[in-house]
Amino acid sequence: MAFAPFHARRSQSRSTVPKVLMRGNHVVAEAAVRAGCRFYFGYPITPQNEIPEYMSERLSKIEGGVFIQAESEIASIHMVIGASMAGGRVMTSSSGPGISLKQEGISFLSGLELPAVIVNMSRGGPGLGNIAPAQSDYFQATRGGGHGDYRTIVLAPNSGQELADLTFEAFDLADKYRTPVVILGDGMLGQMMEPVEFRPEIPIKKLPHKDWALTGAKGRPSRFIRSLILDPGEEEEHNWKLMRKYEKIAREELRWEAFAADDAKMLVVAFGTAARIAKGAVKRVREQGLKVGLIRPISLWPFPFKALRDFSKKVKHFIVFEMNMGQMVEDVRLALEGGGEVHFYGRPGGIVPTPLEVSRVITSQYYQKRLG
Amino acid sequence: MFIKTIFSGFGGQGVIMMGYLLATAGMYEQKNVTCLPSYGAEVRGGTANCTVVISTEEIASPVASEPDFAVLMNNPALLFYQNQVQSGGTLFLNSSMIDSRPVRGDIEIYEIPVNDLVKPLGEERVGNMVMLGAFIKKSALVSLDTMHRVLKDTFTNRNPAMVKLNRQALLVGYDFLGP
Repeated sequence: MAFAPFHARRSQSRSTVPKVLMRGNHVVAEAAVRAGCRFYFGYPITPQNEIPEYMSERLSKIEGGVFIQAESEIASIHMVIGASMAGGRVMTSSSGPGISLKQEGISFLSGLELPAVIVNMSRGGPGLGNIAPAQSDYFQATRGGGHGDYRTIVLAPNSGQELADLTFEAFDLADKYRTPVVILGDGMLGQMMEPVEFRPEIPIKKLPHKDWALTGAKGRPSRFIRSLILDPGEEEEHNWKLMRKYEKIAREELRWEAFAADDAKMLVVAFGTAARIAKGAVKRVREQGLKVGLIRPISLWPFPFKALRDFSKKVKHFIVFEMNMGQMVEDVRLALEGGGEVHFYGRPGGIVPTPLEVSRVITSQYYQKRLG
Repeated sequence: MFIKTIFSGFGGQGVIMMGYLLATAGMYEQKNVTCLPSYGAEVRGGTANCTVVISTEEIASPVASEPDFAVLMNNPALLFYQNQVQSGGTLFLNSSMIDSRPVRGDIEIYEIPVNDLVKPLGEERVGNMVMLGAFIKKSALVSLDTMHRVLKDTFTNRNPAMVKLNRQALLVGYDFLGP
Protein backbone atom coordinates (compact mmCIF):
# COMPACT_ATOMS: atom_id res chain seq x y z
CA MET A 1 0.00 0.00 0.00
CA ALA A 2 1.96 2.89 -1.33
CA PHE A 3 0.26 5.69 0.58
CA ALA A 4 1.62 4.66 3.94
CA PRO A 5 5.31 5.29 3.15
CA PHE A 6 4.35 8.65 1.75
CA HIS A 7 2.51 9.50 4.93
CA ALA A 8 5.46 8.79 7.15
CA ARG A 9 7.53 11.33 5.28
CA ARG A 10 4.75 13.87 5.32
CA SER A 11 4.59 13.61 9.10
CA GLN A 12 8.19 14.76 9.23
CA SER A 13 7.52 17.93 7.32
CA ARG A 14 4.17 19.68 7.37
CA SER A 15 1.70 17.85 9.50
CA THR A 16 -1.51 19.02 11.09
CA VAL A 17 -1.39 16.09 13.50
CA PRO A 18 1.75 14.78 15.26
CA LYS A 19 0.71 11.19 14.74
CA VAL A 20 0.47 9.19 11.57
CA LEU A 21 -1.76 6.17 10.89
CA MET A 22 0.46 3.35 9.71
CA ARG A 23 0.46 -0.39 9.29
CA GLY A 24 2.61 -2.18 11.87
CA ASN A 25 5.01 -3.58 9.28
CA HIS A 26 5.58 -0.11 7.86
CA VAL A 27 6.09 1.22 11.39
CA VAL A 28 8.91 -1.24 12.08
CA ALA A 29 10.59 -0.35 8.80
CA GLU A 30 10.32 3.41 9.28
CA ALA A 31 11.50 3.18 12.90
CA ALA A 32 14.48 1.08 11.80
CA VAL A 33 15.54 3.66 9.23
CA ARG A 34 15.21 6.44 11.80
CA ALA A 35 17.29 4.37 14.24
CA GLY A 36 20.09 4.33 11.69
CA CYS A 37 19.45 1.06 9.89
CA ARG A 38 20.92 1.35 6.39
CA PHE A 39 21.05 -2.34 5.49
CA TYR A 40 18.10 -4.62 4.98
CA PHE A 41 18.24 -8.16 3.60
CA GLY A 42 15.24 -10.43 3.42
CA TYR A 43 13.08 -12.88 1.53
CA PRO A 44 9.30 -12.44 1.17
CA ILE A 45 6.76 -14.19 3.37
CA THR A 46 3.27 -13.15 4.52
CA PRO A 47 2.32 -11.52 6.93
CA GLN A 48 5.44 -9.32 6.96
CA ASN A 49 5.88 -8.45 3.27
CA GLU A 50 5.21 -4.76 3.88
CA ILE A 51 8.55 -4.51 5.73
CA PRO A 52 10.67 -5.32 2.65
CA GLU A 53 8.19 -3.40 0.47
CA TYR A 54 8.76 -0.27 2.53
CA MET A 55 12.51 -0.80 2.91
CA SER A 56 12.99 -1.28 -0.83
CA GLU A 57 11.63 2.20 -1.46
CA ARG A 58 12.91 4.00 1.62
CA LEU A 59 16.50 2.70 1.58
CA SER A 60 16.87 3.24 -2.16
CA LYS A 61 16.38 6.97 -1.57
CA ILE A 62 18.92 7.34 1.26
CA GLU A 63 22.65 7.77 0.79
CA GLY A 64 24.35 4.51 1.73
CA GLY A 65 21.08 2.61 1.93
CA VAL A 66 21.24 -1.01 0.80
CA PHE A 67 18.22 -3.24 0.18
CA ILE A 68 18.59 -6.74 -1.17
CA GLN A 69 15.86 -9.29 -1.70
CA ALA A 70 18.08 -12.32 -1.35
CA GLU A 71 17.61 -15.71 -3.00
CA SER A 72 16.58 -17.26 0.31
CA GLU A 73 16.23 -16.63 4.02
CA ILE A 74 19.54 -18.38 4.61
CA ALA A 75 21.30 -16.07 2.19
CA SER A 76 19.69 -12.99 3.72
CA ILE A 77 20.74 -13.75 7.30
CA HIS A 78 24.32 -14.27 6.12
CA MET A 79 24.20 -10.92 4.35
CA VAL A 80 23.15 -9.53 7.72
CA ILE A 81 26.31 -11.05 9.24
CA GLY A 82 28.44 -9.33 6.60
CA ALA A 83 26.89 -5.89 7.02
CA SER A 84 27.06 -6.16 10.80
CA MET A 85 30.76 -7.14 10.69
CA ALA A 86 31.39 -4.02 8.65
CA GLY A 87 29.79 -1.92 11.41
CA GLY A 88 26.39 -1.08 9.91
CA ARG A 89 23.02 -1.13 11.61
CA VAL A 90 21.26 -4.00 9.89
CA MET A 91 17.88 -5.69 9.98
CA THR A 92 16.14 -8.69 8.50
CA SER A 93 12.54 -9.80 8.92
CA SER A 94 10.45 -12.87 8.25
CA SER A 95 7.71 -15.03 9.69
CA GLY A 96 7.99 -18.39 11.51
CA PRO A 97 9.04 -20.69 8.63
CA GLY A 98 11.55 -18.14 7.36
CA ILE A 99 12.96 -17.58 10.84
CA SER A 100 13.52 -21.35 11.08
CA LEU A 101 15.79 -21.04 8.05
CA LYS A 102 17.63 -18.09 9.60
CA GLN A 103 18.46 -19.94 12.83
CA GLU A 104 21.91 -21.04 11.65
CA GLY A 105 22.82 -17.43 10.97
CA ILE A 106 21.37 -16.27 14.28
CA SER A 107 23.60 -18.77 16.06
CA PHE A 108 26.57 -17.39 14.12
CA LEU A 109 25.63 -13.80 14.98
CA SER A 110 25.56 -14.80 18.64
CA GLY A 111 28.88 -16.63 18.47
CA LEU A 112 30.51 -13.84 16.49
CA GLU A 113 29.04 -11.27 18.90
CA LEU A 114 27.46 -9.22 16.16
CA PRO A 115 24.55 -6.81 16.59
CA ALA A 116 21.50 -7.25 14.35
CA VAL A 117 17.75 -6.86 14.57
CA ILE A 118 15.57 -9.77 13.47
CA VAL A 119 11.82 -9.25 13.17
CA ASN A 120 9.40 -12.17 13.32
CA MET A 121 5.78 -11.38 12.45
CA SER A 122 4.66 -14.83 13.42
CA ARG A 123 1.81 -16.89 12.01
CA GLY A 124 0.00 -20.15 12.60
CA GLY A 125 2.19 -23.28 12.54
CA PRO A 126 3.90 -25.75 12.62
CA GLY A 127 5.06 -26.39 9.08
CA LEU A 128 3.77 -23.94 6.55
CA GLY A 129 0.74 -23.38 8.79
CA ASN A 130 -1.21 -20.34 7.72
CA ILE A 131 -0.82 -16.57 7.53
CA ALA A 132 -3.16 -15.66 10.38
CA PRO A 133 -1.87 -14.12 13.63
CA ALA A 134 -0.55 -16.62 16.17
CA GLN A 135 2.04 -16.68 18.93
CA SER A 136 3.40 -20.10 18.08
CA ASP A 137 7.03 -18.94 17.90
CA TYR A 138 7.63 -18.15 21.58
CA PHE A 139 9.89 -21.16 22.02
CA GLN A 140 11.66 -20.47 18.74
CA ALA A 141 12.35 -16.87 19.74
CA THR A 142 13.28 -17.36 23.40
CA ARG A 143 15.12 -20.67 23.10
CA GLY A 144 16.38 -20.33 19.58
CA GLY A 145 16.39 -23.12 17.05
CA GLY A 146 20.04 -22.55 16.33
CA HIS A 147 22.90 -24.62 17.69
CA GLY A 148 25.22 -23.78 20.54
CA ASP A 149 24.95 -22.11 23.90
CA TYR A 150 23.39 -18.74 23.25
CA ARG A 151 20.55 -16.37 24.05
CA THR A 152 18.88 -13.65 22.04
CA ILE A 153 17.12 -10.66 23.51
CA VAL A 154 13.42 -10.93 22.59
CA LEU A 155 11.09 -7.93 22.68
CA ALA A 156 7.31 -8.36 22.32
CA PRO A 157 5.42 -5.17 21.39
CA ASN A 158 1.64 -5.01 21.66
CA SER A 159 0.78 -1.88 19.63
CA GLY A 160 1.85 0.25 16.72
CA GLN A 161 3.50 2.73 19.08
CA GLU A 162 5.47 0.00 20.80
CA LEU A 163 6.56 -1.41 17.46
CA ALA A 164 8.15 1.98 16.79
CA ASP A 165 9.67 2.42 20.25
CA LEU A 166 10.96 -1.13 20.66
CA THR A 167 12.50 -1.12 17.19
CA PHE A 168 14.57 1.89 18.28
CA GLU A 169 15.50 0.12 21.50
CA ALA A 170 16.31 -3.11 19.67
CA PHE A 171 19.04 -1.41 17.64
CA ASP A 172 20.50 0.23 20.76
CA LEU A 173 20.47 -3.02 22.73
CA ALA A 174 22.02 -4.92 19.83
CA ASP A 175 24.91 -2.45 19.64
CA LYS A 176 25.30 -2.13 23.40
CA TYR A 177 25.68 -5.88 23.94
CA ARG A 178 26.90 -6.89 20.49
CA THR A 179 24.13 -9.46 20.22
CA PRO A 180 21.17 -10.19 17.94
CA VAL A 181 17.80 -8.86 19.13
CA VAL A 182 14.50 -10.44 18.07
CA ILE A 183 11.31 -8.41 17.77
CA LEU A 184 8.48 -10.91 18.14
CA GLY A 185 5.21 -9.64 16.69
CA ASP A 186 2.45 -11.47 14.87
CA GLY A 187 0.30 -11.11 11.78
CA MET A 188 -2.12 -8.85 13.60
CA LEU A 189 0.53 -6.39 14.78
CA GLY A 190 2.09 -6.42 11.33
CA GLN A 191 -1.13 -5.72 9.45
CA MET A 192 -3.04 -3.48 11.84
CA MET A 193 -2.86 0.29 11.37
CA GLU A 194 -2.66 2.47 14.48
CA PRO A 195 -1.64 6.06 15.16
CA VAL A 196 2.10 6.29 15.79
CA GLU A 197 4.43 9.08 16.78
CA PHE A 198 8.02 8.51 15.70
CA ARG A 199 11.17 9.66 17.44
CA PRO A 200 13.35 11.94 15.34
CA GLU A 201 15.86 10.33 13.03
CA ILE A 202 19.30 9.62 14.50
CA PRO A 203 22.08 11.01 12.30
CA ILE A 204 24.44 8.20 11.28
CA LYS A 205 27.41 10.16 12.66
CA LYS A 206 25.88 10.09 16.14
CA LEU A 207 25.59 6.31 16.29
CA PRO A 208 27.93 4.55 18.74
CA HIS A 209 31.45 4.03 17.40
CA LYS A 210 32.32 0.37 16.84
CA ASP A 211 35.97 -0.23 17.62
CA TRP A 212 35.63 -3.88 16.65
CA ALA A 213 34.15 -3.51 13.17
CA LEU A 214 36.03 -4.75 10.09
CA THR A 215 36.48 -1.52 8.18
CA GLY A 216 39.84 -2.11 6.46
CA ALA A 217 43.07 -2.43 8.45
CA LYS A 218 45.07 0.25 6.66
CA GLY A 219 47.05 2.18 9.29
CA ARG A 220 45.92 0.02 12.22
CA PRO A 221 46.40 -3.54 13.47
CA SER A 222 44.10 -6.18 11.95
CA ARG A 223 40.94 -7.16 13.78
CA PHE A 224 39.42 -10.63 13.89
CA ILE A 225 35.79 -11.68 14.18
CA ARG A 226 35.37 -15.44 14.20
CA SER A 227 33.29 -18.16 15.77
CA LEU A 228 35.58 -21.09 14.95
CA ILE A 229 37.56 -21.64 18.14
CA LEU A 230 39.18 -25.06 17.97
CA ASP A 231 40.93 -24.97 21.32
CA PRO A 232 38.45 -26.20 23.98
CA GLY A 233 39.98 -24.01 26.66
CA GLU A 234 39.63 -20.95 24.49
CA GLU A 235 36.08 -21.88 23.47
CA GLU A 236 35.17 -22.40 27.11
CA GLU A 237 36.46 -18.91 27.90
CA HIS A 238 34.39 -17.57 24.98
CA ASN A 239 31.29 -19.30 26.38
CA TRP A 240 31.96 -17.81 29.81
CA LYS A 241 32.30 -14.39 28.25
CA LEU A 242 28.93 -14.80 26.50
CA MET A 243 27.41 -16.09 29.73
CA ARG A 244 28.57 -13.02 31.68
CA LYS A 245 27.04 -10.86 29.00
CA TYR A 246 23.72 -12.74 29.16
CA GLU A 247 23.71 -12.45 32.96
CA LYS A 248 24.19 -8.69 32.69
CA ILE A 249 21.32 -8.47 30.18
CA ALA A 250 19.10 -10.56 32.45
CA ARG A 251 19.81 -8.15 35.32
CA GLU A 252 19.59 -4.86 33.46
CA GLU A 253 17.26 -5.23 30.48
CA LEU A 254 14.05 -6.59 31.98
CA ARG A 255 10.90 -5.03 30.63
CA TRP A 256 7.40 -5.77 31.86
CA GLU A 257 4.29 -3.94 33.03
CA ALA A 258 1.49 -4.57 35.47
CA PHE A 259 -2.14 -3.46 35.18
CA ALA A 260 -4.58 -3.46 38.11
CA ALA A 261 -2.28 -5.83 39.97
CA ASP A 262 -2.03 -4.14 43.38
CA ASP A 263 -5.10 -5.65 45.04
CA ALA A 264 -5.47 -8.59 42.65
CA LYS A 265 -6.41 -12.07 43.90
CA MET A 266 -5.79 -13.51 40.44
CA LEU A 267 -3.28 -12.46 37.77
CA VAL A 268 -3.47 -12.96 34.04
CA VAL A 269 -0.10 -13.25 32.27
CA ALA A 270 -0.01 -12.53 28.54
CA PHE A 271 2.28 -10.90 25.95
CA GLY A 272 1.88 -9.07 22.65
CA THR A 273 -1.52 -9.19 20.95
CA ALA A 274 -2.82 -11.62 23.60
CA ALA A 275 -1.97 -9.05 26.28
CA ARG A 276 -4.11 -6.40 24.57
CA ILE A 277 -7.05 -8.77 24.51
CA ALA A 278 -6.36 -9.86 28.10
CA LYS A 279 -6.31 -6.23 29.22
CA GLY A 280 -9.75 -5.70 27.68
CA ALA A 281 -10.92 -8.84 29.48
CA VAL A 282 -9.47 -7.71 32.82
CA LYS A 283 -11.26 -4.35 32.48
CA ARG A 284 -14.54 -6.19 31.89
CA VAL A 285 -14.24 -8.40 34.97
CA ARG A 286 -13.06 -5.45 37.09
CA GLU A 287 -16.32 -3.72 36.23
CA GLN A 288 -18.07 -6.70 37.81
CA GLY A 289 -15.95 -6.36 40.93
CA LEU A 290 -13.55 -9.26 40.34
CA LYS A 291 -10.08 -8.53 41.70
CA VAL A 292 -8.04 -9.53 38.68
CA GLY A 293 -4.88 -7.93 37.26
CA LEU A 294 -2.57 -8.36 34.31
CA ILE A 295 1.18 -8.90 34.02
CA ARG A 296 2.62 -8.29 30.56
CA PRO A 297 6.20 -9.39 29.91
CA ILE A 298 7.63 -7.06 27.26
CA SER A 299 11.08 -8.64 27.18
CA LEU A 300 10.41 -12.36 26.73
CA TRP A 301 14.10 -12.98 27.20
CA PRO A 302 15.15 -11.87 29.68
CA PHE A 303 11.87 -13.07 31.21
CA PRO A 304 10.63 -11.26 34.35
CA PHE A 305 11.08 -14.33 36.56
CA LYS A 306 11.68 -12.39 39.76
CA ALA A 307 8.72 -10.03 39.27
CA LEU A 308 6.35 -12.98 38.94
CA ARG A 309 7.96 -14.77 41.87
CA ASP A 310 7.44 -11.62 43.98
CA PHE A 311 3.78 -11.40 42.99
CA SER A 312 3.29 -15.04 43.98
CA LYS A 313 3.96 -14.09 47.60
CA LYS A 314 0.58 -12.31 47.60
CA VAL A 315 -1.29 -13.88 44.68
CA LYS A 316 -1.73 -17.63 44.37
CA HIS A 317 -3.81 -17.91 41.20
CA PHE A 318 -2.51 -17.24 37.71
CA ILE A 319 -4.04 -17.56 34.26
CA VAL A 320 -1.70 -17.64 31.29
CA PHE A 321 -3.37 -16.68 28.03
CA GLU A 322 -1.53 -17.20 24.74
CA MET A 323 -2.45 -17.53 21.08
CA ASN A 324 -0.73 -20.93 20.99
CA MET A 325 -0.97 -24.26 22.82
CA GLY A 326 1.08 -23.18 25.84
CA GLN A 327 4.66 -21.97 25.54
CA MET A 328 5.24 -18.95 27.80
CA VAL A 329 3.24 -20.84 30.44
CA GLU A 330 6.41 -22.93 31.01
CA ASP A 331 8.36 -19.79 31.92
CA VAL A 332 5.56 -18.69 34.24
CA ARG A 333 5.70 -22.05 36.02
CA LEU A 334 9.50 -21.77 36.27
CA ALA A 335 9.12 -18.28 37.71
CA LEU A 336 6.60 -19.31 40.35
CA GLU A 337 8.66 -22.31 41.45
CA GLY A 338 5.49 -23.98 42.63
CA GLY A 339 4.41 -20.87 44.51
CA GLY A 340 1.13 -20.45 42.66
CA GLU A 341 -1.50 -22.35 40.73
CA VAL A 342 -1.38 -21.87 36.95
CA HIS A 343 -4.32 -22.25 34.60
CA PHE A 344 -3.62 -22.09 30.86
CA TYR A 345 -5.96 -20.84 28.17
CA GLY A 346 -4.80 -20.91 24.56
CA ARG A 347 -6.25 -20.38 21.09
CA PRO A 348 -3.81 -21.54 18.38
CA GLY A 349 -4.00 -21.68 14.61
CA GLY A 350 -4.56 -18.00 13.92
CA ILE A 351 -7.73 -17.56 15.97
CA VAL A 352 -7.92 -14.16 17.65
CA PRO A 353 -10.35 -14.50 20.56
CA THR A 354 -12.43 -11.57 21.76
CA PRO A 355 -11.92 -9.89 25.15
CA LEU A 356 -15.40 -11.22 26.04
CA GLU A 357 -14.28 -14.82 25.50
CA VAL A 358 -11.21 -14.35 27.69
CA SER A 359 -13.25 -12.57 30.36
CA ARG A 360 -15.53 -15.63 30.57
CA VAL A 361 -12.49 -17.86 31.17
CA ILE A 362 -11.26 -15.50 33.89
CA THR A 363 -14.69 -15.32 35.54
CA SER A 364 -15.17 -19.07 35.60
CA GLN A 365 -11.69 -19.65 37.06
CA TYR A 366 -12.20 -16.89 39.62
CA TYR A 367 -15.34 -18.49 41.03
CA GLN A 368 -14.04 -22.05 40.75
CA LYS A 369 -11.14 -21.03 42.99
CA ARG A 370 -13.66 -19.50 45.43
CA LEU A 371 -12.08 -16.07 45.14
CA GLY A 372 -15.40 -14.24 44.74
CA MET B 1 -17.79 5.50 22.76
CA PHE B 2 -16.63 2.27 21.14
CA ILE B 3 -17.77 1.88 17.53
CA LYS B 4 -16.81 -0.91 15.14
CA THR B 5 -17.27 -0.62 11.39
CA ILE B 6 -16.69 -3.21 8.67
CA PHE B 7 -16.02 -2.21 5.07
CA SER B 8 -16.25 -4.99 2.51
CA GLY B 9 -16.27 -5.48 -1.25
CA PHE B 10 -14.09 -6.55 -4.20
CA GLY B 11 -10.41 -5.76 -4.28
CA GLY B 12 -10.21 -2.55 -6.32
CA GLN B 13 -13.39 -0.93 -5.03
CA GLY B 14 -11.40 1.18 -2.59
CA VAL B 15 -12.59 -0.70 0.47
CA ILE B 16 -9.29 -0.50 2.36
CA MET B 17 -8.96 3.17 1.43
CA MET B 18 -12.38 3.89 2.97
CA GLY B 19 -11.25 2.25 6.20
CA TYR B 20 -7.92 4.05 6.15
CA LEU B 21 -9.56 7.44 5.65
CA LEU B 22 -12.17 6.87 8.35
CA ALA B 23 -9.54 5.73 10.86
CA THR B 24 -7.31 8.69 10.00
CA ALA B 25 -10.25 11.06 10.51
CA GLY B 26 -10.90 9.46 13.89
CA MET B 27 -7.23 10.00 14.77
CA TYR B 28 -7.50 13.66 13.72
CA GLU B 29 -10.41 13.99 16.14
CA GLN B 30 -8.23 12.68 19.01
CA LYS B 31 -9.89 9.29 19.24
CA ASN B 32 -8.19 5.95 19.67
CA VAL B 33 -8.38 4.08 16.39
CA THR B 34 -7.37 0.78 14.84
CA CYS B 35 -7.72 -0.21 11.22
CA LEU B 36 -7.26 -3.86 10.33
CA PRO B 37 -7.23 -4.60 6.59
CA SER B 38 -7.85 -8.16 5.54
CA TYR B 39 -4.84 -9.87 4.08
CA GLY B 40 -5.12 -12.98 2.02
CA ALA B 41 -2.74 -15.02 -0.06
CA GLU B 42 -3.98 -13.24 -3.20
CA VAL B 43 -1.75 -10.74 -4.95
CA ARG B 44 -4.75 -8.76 -6.19
CA GLY B 45 -8.51 -9.03 -6.57
CA GLY B 46 -10.64 -11.32 -4.44
CA THR B 47 -12.54 -10.12 -1.43
CA ALA B 48 -11.26 -7.14 0.48
CA ASN B 49 -12.44 -6.04 3.87
CA CYS B 50 -11.31 -3.68 6.51
CA THR B 51 -12.32 -3.26 10.16
CA VAL B 52 -12.13 0.13 11.84
CA VAL B 53 -12.57 0.70 15.55
CA ILE B 54 -13.02 4.24 16.83
CA SER B 55 -13.08 4.64 20.58
CA THR B 56 -12.58 7.07 23.43
CA GLU B 57 -11.04 4.18 25.39
CA GLU B 58 -8.01 2.01 24.75
CA ILE B 59 -8.81 -0.58 22.05
CA ALA B 60 -8.21 -4.14 23.19
CA SER B 61 -8.85 -5.93 19.93
CA PRO B 62 -9.02 -4.53 16.39
CA VAL B 63 -11.22 -7.47 15.34
CA ALA B 64 -14.93 -6.70 15.19
CA SER B 65 -17.06 -9.75 15.87
CA GLU B 66 -20.31 -7.76 16.00
CA PRO B 67 -19.86 -4.49 14.13
CA ASP B 68 -22.12 -1.49 14.72
CA PHE B 69 -21.88 -0.49 11.06
CA ALA B 70 -21.28 -2.48 7.88
CA VAL B 71 -20.47 -0.79 4.58
CA LEU B 72 -21.03 -3.33 1.84
CA MET B 73 -20.01 -2.79 -1.75
CA ASN B 74 -21.05 -6.08 -3.43
CA ASN B 75 -23.24 -9.17 -3.09
CA PRO B 76 -20.72 -11.49 -1.41
CA ALA B 77 -20.12 -8.80 1.22
CA LEU B 78 -23.83 -8.65 2.01
CA LEU B 79 -24.10 -12.43 2.28
CA PHE B 80 -21.10 -12.59 4.59
CA TYR B 81 -21.80 -9.68 6.92
CA GLN B 82 -25.57 -9.17 7.06
CA ASN B 83 -25.99 -11.47 10.05
CA GLN B 84 -22.88 -10.29 11.92
CA VAL B 85 -24.05 -6.73 12.42
CA GLN B 86 -25.24 -5.96 15.95
CA SER B 87 -28.94 -5.75 16.60
CA GLY B 88 -29.79 -2.08 16.20
CA GLY B 89 -26.82 -1.63 13.88
CA THR B 90 -26.74 -0.06 10.46
CA LEU B 91 -26.03 -1.38 6.96
CA PHE B 92 -24.90 0.81 4.08
CA LEU B 93 -25.21 -1.08 0.84
CA ASN B 94 -24.21 -0.32 -2.69
CA SER B 95 -27.61 -0.79 -4.34
CA SER B 96 -26.11 -0.51 -7.84
CA MET B 97 -24.42 -3.86 -7.32
CA ILE B 98 -26.37 -5.63 -4.57
CA ASP B 99 -29.65 -7.24 -5.68
CA SER B 100 -30.81 -8.96 -2.53
CA ARG B 101 -31.81 -7.33 0.76
CA PRO B 102 -31.35 -8.60 4.32
CA VAL B 103 -34.43 -10.20 5.87
CA ARG B 104 -33.54 -8.92 9.35
CA GLY B 105 -35.89 -6.34 10.75
CA ASP B 106 -33.67 -5.19 13.63
CA ILE B 107 -31.17 -3.16 11.62
CA GLU B 108 -31.33 0.10 9.73
CA ILE B 109 -30.50 -0.06 6.02
CA TYR B 110 -29.35 2.71 3.72
CA GLU B 111 -29.25 2.01 0.00
CA ILE B 112 -26.74 4.06 -1.96
CA PRO B 113 -26.59 3.49 -5.75
CA VAL B 114 -22.85 4.20 -5.77
CA ASN B 115 -22.10 3.25 -9.38
CA ASP B 116 -24.96 5.39 -10.70
CA LEU B 117 -24.15 8.40 -8.51
CA VAL B 118 -20.51 8.37 -9.55
CA LYS B 119 -21.15 8.36 -13.32
CA PRO B 120 -21.63 12.15 -13.75
CA LEU B 121 -18.21 12.70 -12.14
CA GLY B 122 -16.61 10.84 -15.04
CA GLU B 123 -14.31 8.81 -12.81
CA GLU B 124 -15.67 5.53 -11.46
CA ARG B 125 -12.73 5.02 -9.15
CA VAL B 126 -14.13 7.52 -6.65
CA GLY B 127 -17.26 5.44 -5.98
CA ASN B 128 -15.80 4.60 -2.58
CA MET B 129 -15.82 8.31 -1.71
CA VAL B 130 -19.53 8.54 -2.58
CA MET B 131 -20.17 5.69 -0.17
CA LEU B 132 -17.91 7.21 2.48
CA GLY B 133 -19.78 10.52 2.23
CA ALA B 134 -23.10 8.80 2.83
CA PHE B 135 -21.55 6.81 5.66
CA ILE B 136 -20.17 9.76 7.61
CA LYS B 137 -23.43 11.67 7.16
CA LYS B 138 -25.54 8.97 8.84
CA SER B 139 -22.98 7.47 11.23
CA ALA B 140 -21.77 10.89 12.44
CA LEU B 141 -18.56 9.17 13.55
CA VAL B 142 -16.39 11.99 12.20
CA SER B 143 -17.19 15.41 10.80
CA LEU B 144 -17.25 16.35 7.13
CA ASP B 145 -14.63 19.04 7.81
CA THR B 146 -12.23 16.51 9.27
CA MET B 147 -12.70 14.22 6.27
CA HIS B 148 -11.92 17.14 3.96
CA ARG B 149 -8.65 17.69 5.84
CA VAL B 150 -7.80 14.01 5.68
CA LEU B 151 -8.38 13.94 1.92
CA LYS B 152 -6.15 16.97 1.49
CA ASP B 153 -3.33 15.51 3.60
CA THR B 154 -3.59 12.08 2.00
CA PHE B 155 -3.74 13.04 -1.67
CA THR B 156 -1.99 16.41 -2.07
CA ASN B 157 1.50 14.96 -2.51
CA ARG B 158 0.39 11.97 -4.53
CA ASN B 159 -2.00 13.56 -6.97
CA PRO B 160 -3.46 17.00 -6.19
CA ALA B 161 -6.22 16.58 -8.79
CA MET B 162 -7.57 13.69 -6.74
CA VAL B 163 -8.19 15.92 -3.71
CA LYS B 164 -10.82 17.91 -5.59
CA LEU B 165 -12.39 14.90 -7.26
CA ASN B 166 -12.53 12.93 -4.02
CA ARG B 167 -14.12 15.87 -2.21
CA GLN B 168 -16.74 16.21 -4.97
CA ALA B 169 -17.55 12.52 -4.74
CA LEU B 170 -17.67 12.68 -0.94
CA LEU B 171 -20.25 15.50 -1.17
CA VAL B 172 -22.36 13.60 -3.70
CA GLY B 173 -22.74 10.78 -1.18
CA TYR B 174 -23.13 13.17 1.76
CA ASP B 175 -25.97 15.06 0.06
CA PHE B 176 -27.65 11.95 -1.35
CA LEU B 177 -29.12 10.95 2.00
CA GLY B 178 -30.89 14.29 2.40
CA PRO B 179 -30.28 17.26 4.65
